Amino acid sequence: MIKLPAKQQMADLLLKITSWFCGLLIIFFFAYLLFDILLHGLPRISLEYLFSQPLKAGREGGIAPMLLSTLLLLALCLLIALPIGIASAIYLAEYTNESQWFARFIQRSLNVLASVPSIVMGLFGYAFFVIALQLGFSILAGALTLACMVLPLLIRSIEDSLRNIPDIHRLNARALGLSDTRMLFQVLLPLAAQGILLAVILSVGRAMAETAALLYTSGYVTRMPESVMDSGRSLSVHIFDLSMNVPGGEQSAYASAFVLMLLLLIINLFSNRLSSVIQNRSTR
Amino acid sequence: MSPCYRDKLFITGFKAAACITVLSLMFIIFFLIYESSSILTSTNLSQYLLDESWHPTDGEFLLTPMIVGSVLIMFGAMLFSIPLGIFTAILIHYYAPVWIAHLLQRIVEILGGIPSVVFGFWGIIMIVPFLASIQAPGTSLLAGVLVLTLIVFPGMTLFACSALQQVNKLHIQNAIALGLSRFSIIKHIILPQAKPGLLTGMILQSGRAIGETLAVLMVCGNVVQIPGSLFEPVRTLTSNIALEMAYAMDEHRSALFLSGLLLMFVVLGLVLLSEKFKSVPITE
Repeated sequence: MIKLPAKQQMADLLLKITSWFCGLLIIFFFAYLLFDILLHGLPRISLEYLFSQPLKAGREGGIAPMLLSTLLLLALCLLIALPIGIASAIYLAEYTNESQWFARFIQRSLNVLASVPSIVMGLFGYAFFVIALQLGFSILAGALTLACMVLPLLIRSIEDSLRNIPDIHRLNARALGLSDTRMLFQVLLPLAAQGILLAVILSVGRAMAETAALLYTSGYVTRMPESVMDSGRSLSVHIFDLSMNVPGGEQSAYASAFVLMLLLLIINLFSNRLSSVIQNRSTR
Repeated sequence: MSPCYRDKLFITGFKAAACITVLSLMFIIFFLIYESSSILTSTNLSQYLLDESWHPTDGEFLLTPMIVGSVLIMFGAMLFSIPLGIFTAILIHYYAPVWIAHLLQRIVEILGGIPSVVFGFWGIIMIVPFLASIQAPGTSLLAGVLVLTLIVFPGMTLFACSALQQVNKLHIQNAIALGLSRFSIIKHIILPQAKPGLLTGMILQSGRAIGETLAVLMVCGNVVQIPGSLFEPVRTLTSNIALEMAYAMDEHRSALFLSGLLLMFVVLGLVLLSEKFKSVPITE
């Protein structure tokens, strides 16, 4: 072992200490956040809390309408975004390459669309879906806005999983004389199925965390939504409203935050497992 | 229907789907311009920088305090999250034992998926009272910076991780063989090679930071003023939209859409800038 000059050793030690400090800070913070939300949120959680109406602006009672609204928003959002997402991803991955200006243009638009601030997306959703298309403050308008937000993520990940399919499969299909559409539906899409599922899960996670875009599109009525044309308050909007506009709403906000975090943790666990399955398969 | 004809039909469909995503971006920009057009054409634009103050009901529209607020909060958050992200990535890749590296990476991923309202809520409960005990009122520029740091640093860390991953392994091995210290390897081999990736991450996360709305709204106090110190309340462009959209009429409404348009162009500029730094693969 060569002895390094003292100055270099000092620098190395300093870098090591700084990065350990940052890492431990993050672990500590995460543990604290989780513990805090668990401690304050868990006591209020019960089946009754999940399946009953909120009382006194959410201070008491449950979160059933918010859960239903969130579920409806997510389902509709996927229903709208998934077909468009899969089709666009197929177009980008199978029928274009970097050298075409149109493909580059679409890719660039996706990059921009992915970073549109959510409140700006909300403004657009309000002006277009709520006012111009006369959907009013409704779950449908919210879901359409969310669909615009998750499309880039959805397209990117599906495109990736299509591009990761080895060309040998395409060559085999061609050699067997399959048409484009048959190759797509019988060879490529089944091979990309897990990747598509992963994309869906990631998008659900993103959509569930969204708040600002929903304030002025799906609204914040606490009633139980009766159809997708009703206004509905998502779980994240509920947390926002409880902590900003309802004095004494902290306990309820903690409980809702707990439920939301739990759902997201499950999503994270699931997506992680899935992506490691996909990785194992592709390295084999 | 002949297979060839069906293929063409499908491909056209895929292309149309891809066009929808581009169209949605166009629509966003169009609607922002359309809704703010009454201002863009009729009145003197300079009033948004020269008016006495922001009193929309009295026809006074000074956007400067909000612009300054947005920029200050963004820079503050980036000031914390860039080093935090890079050092954590260095820890994950070069110093930590495998299990800690895995744990840390998972924690960062989960933190990145937590809705910003949860951080905002937590900011109200934890950070604001703490800051208030130092100097009232607690809801302040500093609170906004801290909460935004929590929201932005996970993304920064993940960008830094993937940038470090792309560094040529052979170069690192050569450097180790030459007996360089870990510090010099990181400083002279790894960081220069990871620079494009790191810059992309910084730029995109700045866009994320300037677009963040509700979490910032929850902890910043939202007083329209250019803050004199870190402990004074401040209002950002995004929270201004979220706060006033509910009752804004006519010119006031257009002014809010104008600030949305402004944000949109800032983000557009940042995304295009980040593409300049697309990492060029390093040849062996």
